[in-house]
Amino acid sequence: MQTHKPSASKASDRPAGREGEAPSGYAGGGGDASPYKRMKAIEIRHLKKTFNEKTVLENLTLDVEEGEVFGMLGPNGAGKTTTIRTILTLLKPSEGQVKVWGHDVETQPREVRQVLGYVPQEKAVDRFLTGREHLTLVADLYHLGKTEARKRIREVLELVDLTQKADDLVNSYSGGMKKKLDIACGLIPDPKVLVLDEPTLGLDVESRIRIWEYIRRLQHAGLTTLMTTNYLDEADQLCDRIAILDRGRLVALGTPEGLKKGLGGDRVTIQFGPQQDRLEELAGSLRKELPFVNEIKVSPASHELEIRVTSNEEALAPLIQAIHQHRHPILAIQYSRPTLEDVFITYTGHKIKEDSALL
Amino acid sequence: MKWILQETIALTMRSVRRLSRERISMVFGLIQPMLFWLILFGNLFQKTAQIPNYISFLTGGVVAMTVLNSGLSGGVDLLFDKESGFLERLLSAPISRNSLIYSRFIFVMGITSAQILMILLVAYILFGVYPLSGLAGLAFILVVGLFFGLGLIAISMTLAFAIKGHGNFFALMGFLTLPLIFLSSALVPVQYMPGWMGFLAQFNPMTYAVDAVRSIILGGWLWTDILKLLAILLVFDVVSIWASSRVFLRQLG
Ligand SMILES: Nc1ncnc2c1ncn2[C@@H]1O[C@H](COP(=O)(O)OP(=O)(O)OP(=O)(O)O)[C@@H](O)[C@H]1O
Ligand SMILES: [Mg+2]
Repeated sequence: MQTHKPSASKASDRPAGREGEAPSGYAGGGGDASPYKRMKAIEIRHLKKTFNEKTVLENLTLDVEEGEVFGMLGPNGAGKTTTIRTILTLLKPSEGQVKVWGHDVETQPREVRQVLGYVPQEKAVDRFLTGREHLTLVADLYHLGKTEARKRIREVLELVDLTQKADDLVNSYSGGMKKKLDIACGLIPDPKVLVLDEPTLGLDVESRIRIWEYIRRLQHAGLTTLMTTNYLDEADQLCDRIAILDRGRLVALGTPEGLKKGLGGDRVTIQFGPQQDRLEELAGSLRKELPFVNEIKVSPASHELEIRVTSNEEALAPLIQAIHQHRHPILAIQYSRPTLEDVFITYTGHKIKEDSALL
Repeated sequence: MKWILQETIALTMRSVRRLSRERISMVFGLIQPMLFWLILFGNLFQKTAQIPNYISFLTGGVVAMTVLNSGLSGGVDLLFDKESGFLERLLSAPISRNSLIYSRFIFVMGITSAQILMILLVAYILFGVYPLSGLAGLAFILVVGLFFGLGLIAISMTLAFAIKGHGNFFALMGFLTLPLIFLSSALVPVQYMPGWMGFLAQFNPMTYAVDAVRSIILGGWLWTDILKLLAILLVFDVVSIWASSRVFLRQLG
């Protein structure tokens, strides 16, 4: 049933098969959608949000397709949480329209909330309850029956590896365990769209990788996920598509591969000795002679050429040879593939944060 | 409808579970009104007050004070949920907003009723205070508590929603409580008060709650009085719930 997304590398092997009831409403199941068109899980149109005159989101338009893992990236304060809270009907749009599974957040908030599972950014746990009591509460709030609730609770506890601690007070949980409980709460309703606000913040490496695995597994079973993250590697590995927000505006949207390609190819940085003053000239000839060179940026101050090349490493040998022929002695060469970090810096003008490459 | 029931029960049970784990605060919450007002204050003023059985008289006031305290702190849990982000979790579920409010009413009124019964029991054991209207009067005292409490909880929840930070909330509550007590008939009958205080006490719903309980304890079944007082409290409920729901809806929007 499920159509595949651009980055098929993630959505390969492993057949779907979630325990519990078969997911419904996929691929054409949703009322007016034609059988060939997938449902839009979330549609955001010209969304604007202001808090007392201060504009936090401006003309945001994007879609989350059914079945994809969609990531929102952006520096602190970019408006990610605000977008998510609007989707969850916790905030009203100042302008524009947001639909979830075809339901408008303003006119049909109950329907919207019914299809969403939410894991807030702040650990939203009550330290005087046990893990199991949390999950039971959430199950009741989503109107699950007794036996169904018990089954779901067992499943999600297993999933986040909290079965052992289920009957302890949350007071005694570590930060990471609270976060896992949070995620478990988001999964209890067996949602159509799971909304995760920085789900792996503060988790250890092993737990993060496990969470990624669940998200992929749930994706195979048809779940749509919208997540924000500050970890670029996470976005790169997990998300089918990424939106980069900066100061309330959408500045980039696409697959991780597409965004990286969009930067104009691999980058070769060549450092010359200080006596070199004819770099512009050299750049001109290289542009003319070498078809795989896309773009050359000259930095006379640091005696550097930054060259974007289309082909992969094969470009390196002819490039060096050409420079050699022009009798420019090379001091150092650096070759790099664009990373998501480069994308991020290009579009937002700054690094996401110092420890972004933690993993 | 069935859903509202499920939601409300689940939310109420959460409060009950929490309470059972905060025993200390529960015990002090129960003891405070009895120890402070009934035993200390009552004995202290027994001699000076020109009222024949001051402790019997005071019991009605203490009952109303207990409702006042519990009612006004009825929004505290909501406030902490708001600050911890737990409220976000609750509001993101497909529940009726009313369930949140109902569950608070049920829980707080349950606790308050238990407190009232404890106070009456202690007053009976220690001081032989016994409602003239008998056991049925006991039930009626609880009804008065309920009528007074509803409006208070509504106000408290509204403030919890509207005020930024629990520091401000507690400061405001501390500021409100004593004037509400002293500008009511809880400690002294209105006719003994200086003119302006007596005048202000007329606008204090607390006065009517105190008078209703007192009348049941001291006066027996004075139906017209009791019904009139209940009607006044009902007006208080309607006004505060109406005002609260307006603020509430605006905040949620
Ligand atoms: N209730 C509010 N009232 C006023 N301003 C707000 C409110 N909520 C958010 N903001 C402002 O909106 C902007 C965006 O906040 P938001 O929480 O959406 O950022 P974010 O992208 O989630 O950041 P982070 O990565 O730090 O979580 C910030 O400047 C913040 O100060
Ligand atoms: Mg955020």
